[in-house]
Amino acid sequence: MAASSAGIGTLLCKNINKQIEIFYPTNRRYTWCVIRRICTSISRFRCQGQIKRKSAPKELVGVVGLEVHAQIQSITKLFSGSQVRFQAPPNSLVSFFDASLPGTLPVLNRRCVEAAVMTGLALDCVINRKSLFDRKHYFYADLPAGYQITQQRRPIAVDGTLTYSHLGGTRRNTLITKSVRIKQIQLEQDSGKSLHDDRRGQTLIDLNRAGVGLMELVMEPDMSCGEEAAAAVRELQLILQALGTCQGHMDEGQLRVDANVSVHRPGDPWGVRTEVKNINSGRNLARAIGYTTKLHCSGPVRQPEFMPEPNLPPLIVYDRPSTAPPCVHPSQVVVLEEVRAGLPELPRARRTRLVESYDILPEHSFTLVNEDGLTDYFEAVVKETKAGPRKVIGWVNQVLLGLLHHHSLSVSQSPVTPQMLAQLLNLQENGQISSSVAKQVFQELWRAPGKTAQQIIQEQDLGIVSNTTEIHRICQKVVDSHPDQVQAIRGGNKKVLNKLMGLVQKETKGRADPVLVRSILEEKTS
Amino acid sequence: FIQRLLRIEVSLALKEGRISPTELCRKCLNRIKKTHHLNAYITVSEELALKQAHEAESRLSKGVSKGPLDGIPFAVKDNFCTENIKTTCASNMLKDYTPPYNATVVQKLLDQGAVLMGKTNLDEFAMGSGSTDSAFGPVRNPWSYEAAYREKSGADPDADWVIAGGSSGGSAAAVASLTSFFSLGSDTGGSTRNPGALCGVVALKPTYGLVSRHGLIPLVNSMDVPGIITRSVHDAATVLGVLQGHDVKDSTTVTDHPTPLTGLPDDFDPRNIRVGIPKEYHGPGLSQETLAQWSRVADMFEQAGFQVEQVSLPHTQHSIVCYHVLCHAEVASNMARFDGLEYGHRSDVSSSTEAMYAATRHGGFNDVVRGRILSGNYFLLKQNYEHYFVKAQQVRRLINEDFRRVFGSGVDVLLTPTTLSDAMRHTDFVQEDNRTRSAQEDIFTQPANMAGLPAVSVPTALSSRGLPIGLQLIGPAFQDRSLLTVAQWIEQKVGFAPIRYHGDAGEGEIRVDVLPSTPTVWEKNYLIPC
Repeated sequence: MAASSAGIGTLLCKNINKQIEIFYPTNRRYTWCVIRRICTSISRFRCQGQIKRKSAPKELVGVVGLEVHAQIQSITKLFSGSQVRFQAPPNSLVSFFDASLPGTLPVLNRRCVEAAVMTGLALDCVINRKSLFDRKHYFYADLPAGYQITQQRRPIAVDGTLTYSHLGGTRRNTLITKSVRIKQIQLEQDSGKSLHDDRRGQTLIDLNRAGVGLMELVMEPDMSCGEEAAAAVRELQLILQALGTCQGHMDEGQLRVDANVSVHRPGDPWGVRTEVKNINSGRNLARAIGYTTKLHCSGPVRQPEFMPEPNLPPLIVYDRPSTAPPCVHPSQVVVLEEVRAGLPELPRARRTRLVESYDILPEHSFTLVNEDGLTDYFEAVVKETKAGPRKVIGWVNQVLLGLLHHHSLSVSQSPVTPQMLAQLLNLQENGQISSSVAKQVFQELWRAPGKTAQQIIQEQDLGIVSNTTEIHRICQKVVDSHPDQVQAIRGGNKKVLNKLMGLVQKETKGRADPVLVRSILEEKTS
Repeated sequence: FIQRLLRIEVSLALKEGRISPTELCRKCLNRIKKTHHLNAYITVSEELALKQAHEAESRLSKGVSKGPLDGIPFAVKDNFCTENIKTTCASNMLKDYTPPYNATVVQKLLDQGAVLMGKTNLDEFAMGSGSTDSAFGPVRNPWSYEAAYREKSGADPDADWVIAGGSSGGSAAAVASLTSFFSLGSDTGGSTRNPGALCGVVALKPTYGLVSRHGLIPLVNSMDVPGIITRSVHDAATVLGVLQGHDVKDSTTVTDHPTPLTGLPDDFDPRNIRVGIPKEYHGPGLSQETLAQWSRVADMFEQAGFQVEQVSLPHTQHSIVCYHVLCHAEVASNMARFDGLEYGHRSDVSSSTEAMYAATRHGGFNDVVRGRILSGNYFLLKQNYEHYFVKAQQVRRLINEDFRRVFGSGVDVLLTPTTLSDAMRHTDFVQEDNRTRSAQEDIFTQPANMAGLPAVSVPTALSSRGLPIGLQLIGPAFQDRSLLTVAQWIEQKVGFAPIRYHGDAGEGEIRVDVLPSTPTVWEKNYLIPC
């Protein structure tokens, strides 16, 4: 996620600044706070450090609620037979219904209902056996019917929980687990896209996206900062991807986040609610919530009008196949029991399984699961190497991931394959190379992925030196040239031995067997 | 002679080769031209009609008829989408709109070989009860030109013509004037039955959910039903038999297999039928002559052994007000799509998108439509929603409950007037605005729409002015067949004479033997489900 969003930072910031909408004040008090422009600073607003108010003695506390729009992964749209595809030629995926031709009627896509039910189950929601569709009226050029079909009165799923974690603490390596309540999940239509050509004063409309199925997930304002919100969204993204109900690519708009941020002093009523719309990446989410722009309070915005959608009967979800009415074909019903049976392993279960089967730490499993493809990478290495999982996890989570992040690459783009790393670790396990050489070889593999670890070791003569006579000679030389240190060791300061060991390894370019070196040095300094 | 023929008889004549479909189509096209002054049609699809007739002819000559409607001319209200044929809704907004698809009901009729003559006039977007508020001018009632009216009222038909009723006035006038053998109307609050009664034809509003609305440009989605206008009850049953059934494109159509309507029984035992006379329908404004017809038919029922009883539908008086609230709210919503972007009229104003919207909608809609959008949006405003929309829905449920209770007590069918009186002169009708007229004209018809029930208007007699009077039968949901069976009984007993065509010599050439009025081929062993 981090890698994929890196290139679009600037572009997004413009959008965010433009699309910020200030909502009506929720109470009499107007809280003003100075918040810097999004993306103009790289410092981060952390959970512990609440928004600082210039010349205000009392600290402000943030309250964050999210509305997430997840595009349902389906072949066709929510109410029509048009295909769902990103970046198709403009207006090439538009049915008569999508263009709101008069006389056309919505026909509910069963797949979208299943996806919403599955998502609801994964988030411990109550699935409403009967839900209703409503029209929400707006006059936007990219909303051809003049209304969006959504679920306002009775959504398909309510009262769920999303449990998420993030790394916190001073060294940012402590796993902090929290949860946010899911108020509801509602099925609704996506809108089209408007493109404004300012030069010619034209608005161009692309309806390919119009009518694509969305799940709107409304979260209660249970979070207090951008970091928590970003972690919650990331967890949600992982869950949706595991379920296959949403591809979750934020840069393709498949997952869009609106954040409602409000700040207040503890004990005071909540302040002005600011809505930040359409945040397209986790990093921007954390920043947007952290900074938000200076508040400009405008007058109340006219509420959209609602009415029941008369062309869609109530949506019924059945508990079991036997509870469905006999006159309805089985292909026309959604059965809870069947959807539940099809639930895949969710990220949380996956982390538990990783901790249990590989005896790794929870924070390790967190990193493994949160980086796209890292679990698979890790498991592939473990499968092919004699090195224990706890050793592998260090390589994968630190060495590999460090390099990937440094080069802004995703796991799938890694030049070092799991097989190459496994080979390398095997060489180390067999005692053919030392751990420091192994790290050196890894860097070589990264630079020249065409070669095997074996080749690099041979070419650069990096194999371990197990010639006792040679090591004896080098050790003697080090001992002779460092009388003070030897004196210190003999005086009882055993730690100094490590310094001498380092000097020996320097001489041998890290190839000497450290166990052997230690015993020789101990012997010579005793 | 053709003017004496009911459609079934034409069908038989076609099959027996006594008249060819092309000949029949030409006769109807000629008649459309001769009755041009009625303004019943907005578009006449002459070329297509002749092509279809020709195809039917070649089928019939090979003995491979598609069914009872093969080669039969029909007309369609201009708010049903017809592929490659303009569909205007009698509005400037869609004046040049040609849909890319056929409404399901139109497609079903074409698939049966029926020959589409054209698209009929209506009140703009079906909002009205006189067919007087059309961008293409008002429809004239064919009975204005009949001897009965001219002689009895001494009127000059060119000045004193009477309205056709609405909003499906063009469809009713087309069938009454024999330019088509049946037609499609739409019925939201009585829009099929009202003109049916005023034009002296049979007009059926089927149960909501029995016939697909896909392709019907909506007025009120929760009440709209495609209506069927014919010259006989039997024909209405035949057409309904073709149209009814589940449509995957309309999720509100029922999935159960509907009762076949291949023939209506005529030998049921009247003693098994209970007819309810709702006392609330005896209200102010009901003309003496309509009341007399109502009593006459009730007496006929009684004399024939039907169990006739007075019933009460206590919430009827509140129905029309609630109907208007719900109607206007849905209108406001349904009309939102007409912004000139994707289709239809678009204003030249281009200073901003909003300005373009405003100018487009002002130029595209008449005052009636704009007025309903305005009030509908008012009803839907967040602060008003509970007071109007929600309350109206609650009353709608009570009205539904009234009917459910009466039918649940064993009543099979309700007999009521269709309209307050016979057709008004146009000059009188336009003295009041559209809203007032709709409230008067839909008073007896819209409760059936509120409750989604089947209802049919059957002509019973001519008034002292020489104009038709119709009575309405309302039945329980999905009992359309039983309803039509009773309607047919009335039809046979009252012996209403439809318009006879006053053609020139050329028109009289079609020689078809008039069949007995009671066909003998119908099923005999059918009992009405009670």
